[in-house]
Amino acid sequence: MTDPMVVAEGLHKSFGNTHALRGLDLSVPRGTVCGVLGPNGAGKTTAVRILATLSDPDAGHARIAGYDVVREAGKVRARIGLAGQYAAVDEKLTGRGNLRMFGRLSHLSRRDAHRRADELLERFGLMDAADRPVVGYSGGMRRRLDLITCLILRPDVLFLDEPTTGLDPRSRGEIWDSIRELVADGTTVLLTTQYLDEADHLADAIAVIDHGQVIATGTPDELKATIGDRLDVTLEDPAALPTAMTVLNTLAGTEPTTTDADRLSVTLPATGLRLADIVRELDHAGVAAADVSLRRPTLDEVFLRLTNREEPVQ
Amino acid sequence: MTALTSPLGRLRWTFTDGLTLVGRELGRLRQEPGQIVAALVFPVIMVVLFGYVFGSAIQVPDGGDYREYLMPGLFAMVTFSAWLGVMTRMATDASRGVMDRFRSMPMARLAVPFGQTGADLLTGLPMLAIMVGAGLLVGWQPHRGLIPTAQAFLLMIVLRYALSWVGVYVGLAVKNDQVADAMVPLGLPFTMLSNAFVPTDGMPGWLRFLADWNPVSALTAASRELFGNPGAPSGNVAWPLAHPVTTVLLWSAALLVIFVPLSLRAYMRRGR
Ligand SMILES: Nc1ncnc2c1ncn2[C@@H]1O[C@H](COP(=O)(O)OP(=O)(O)OP(=O)(O)O)[C@@H](O)[C@H]1O
Ligand SMILES: [Mg+2]
Repeated sequence: MTDPMVVAEGLHKSFGNTHALRGLDLSVPRGTVCGVLGPNGAGKTTAVRILATLSDPDAGHARIAGYDVVREAGKVRARIGLAGQYAAVDEKLTGRGNLRMFGRLSHLSRRDAHRRADELLERFGLMDAADRPVVGYSGGMRRRLDLITCLILRPDVLFLDEPTTGLDPRSRGEIWDSIRELVADGTTVLLTTQYLDEADHLADAIAVIDHGQVIATGTPDELKATIGDRLDVTLEDPAALPTAMTVLNTLAGTEPTTTDADRLSVTLPATGLRLADIVRELDHAGVAAADVSLRRPTLDEVFLRLTNREEPVQ
Repeated sequence: MTALTSPLGRLRWTFTDGLTLVGRELGRLRQEPGQIVAALVFPVIMVVLFGYVFGSAIQVPDGGDYREYLMPGLFAMVTFSAWLGVMTRMATDASRGVMDRFRSMPMARLAVPFGQTGADLLTGLPMLAIMVGAGLLVGWQPHRGLIPTAQAFLLMIVLRYALSWVGVYVGLAVKNDQVADAMVPLGLPFTMLSNAFVPTDGMPGWLRFLADWNPVSALTAASRELFGNPGAPSGNVAWPLAHPVTTVLLWSAALLVIFVPLSLRAYMRRGR
């Protein structure tokens, strides 16, 4: 099947005067990870809640695995897992107790619910803590438990709303590993995040949303290419600044900015200029450079650039 | 896995899922033996505290024993504390996202409110039993035989169940466990403003009016009547206290009629 697993078309949602979503479109192919990026209040959680049947859109529609989230909510629920922005587990129960309870509520037989709980605890490294109440878990363990609670029924589509917010780098890495494993099993994942490196590591495709609309989509590389590479040059002698400005201006086609008396930087269009070419050009003009560096923009820069704009890109 | 499609299947899953949620409450208690002990010791402390501290100073209207007078009031107090627990649990689930997880699962929708109120009923019974035991120890007893005694306890259970639906609704409405926790102490003045511990005759007019119409008073008066305990009001008595059993039944019916649909709607409403 080549039909996308998650499709949203023209979703609108308002809360009073707040237009949380204004015509959101999304499409996530089967077996891929879609990263939804957006600043606070962009509408990420609102979108996830609609897709997970927790809330109805004011306009537009969405389908999960071909089923409409409003009219066929029951069928959608049987195929999805949702890990919300906060770990939604019963703190007073043990990890095992939680998994068993949610297994029973997913209508597994008692035996299957117990077996599935043990399988998941074992596979995701929570067996040692299985019989401790969740109150005593670290933030990372709690998120992991929350994540595996979604996996009891082996969902086709998994919604993860900021799965690693507030975690230390190590716990974050562990969650990332878990997500990768799921994708290897064929699960389709829609993940919202404010961490660009998270999207960079995990997502096959990214949708940047702001003010309730998708303002850019693409693979991480495509998005980075839209703003070009960044060239930083540090001069040995500040006196060479004007000459260096001219050289870089010609190469980049835009005015460089001086960040210091002896330092300037410019964004290069994605033309495939290599570092060696740049050094040679500077040399020709008699500019001695102490340091020249060319680097891909981080997704952060892409993100800041995109979300500062008023009008949608493309 | 049977589908939730046929009405019969739905009913069955509502029941099964409800039981799972009752099991969840029991599981939570097992994790917190301290809470069990506290819950069981609490009635005993109340009996001793009120029975002997107030008992030494308060004159029962028709000259009866204060502890005989007190026990129906304590039963009413325990009954009326039930909705607070349900409210706190619903609000905690709502604020922690557990409620959303339930909603996003293919489980029976009605199971959550029914399971929660059912669990409250089950956990409430042992507390009531302990209270009875404590009462018997300090000299309280029912005097009118088996049937009226059973009726009194049945009234408490019916009203408790009706009240737990108030808890479901309020918990879903506040959606915030801190707000819910902050509301718990409000239960105390509500029970105190009644005939549970002192006769209402001595209260200033407006306060007496509130106390006489407080359902806590009706339940207390009904149990006094059915147990044959002292404190039956005399003279010019407000309607609810003159017909306490009917009043309790009316209260229960009214609460159920109002709060069951409200709660179910609040639980199933989507869009937030
Ligand atoms: N239940 C609600 N009632 C009122 N306003 C809401 C509600 N839910 C969301 N909003 C508003 O809708 C907008 C989008 O919120 P949403 O939670 O979807 O953002 P988000 O992208 O998830 O943000 P964050 O990164 O902070 O989680 C915000 O302005 C928010 O205040
Ligand atoms: Mg959010």
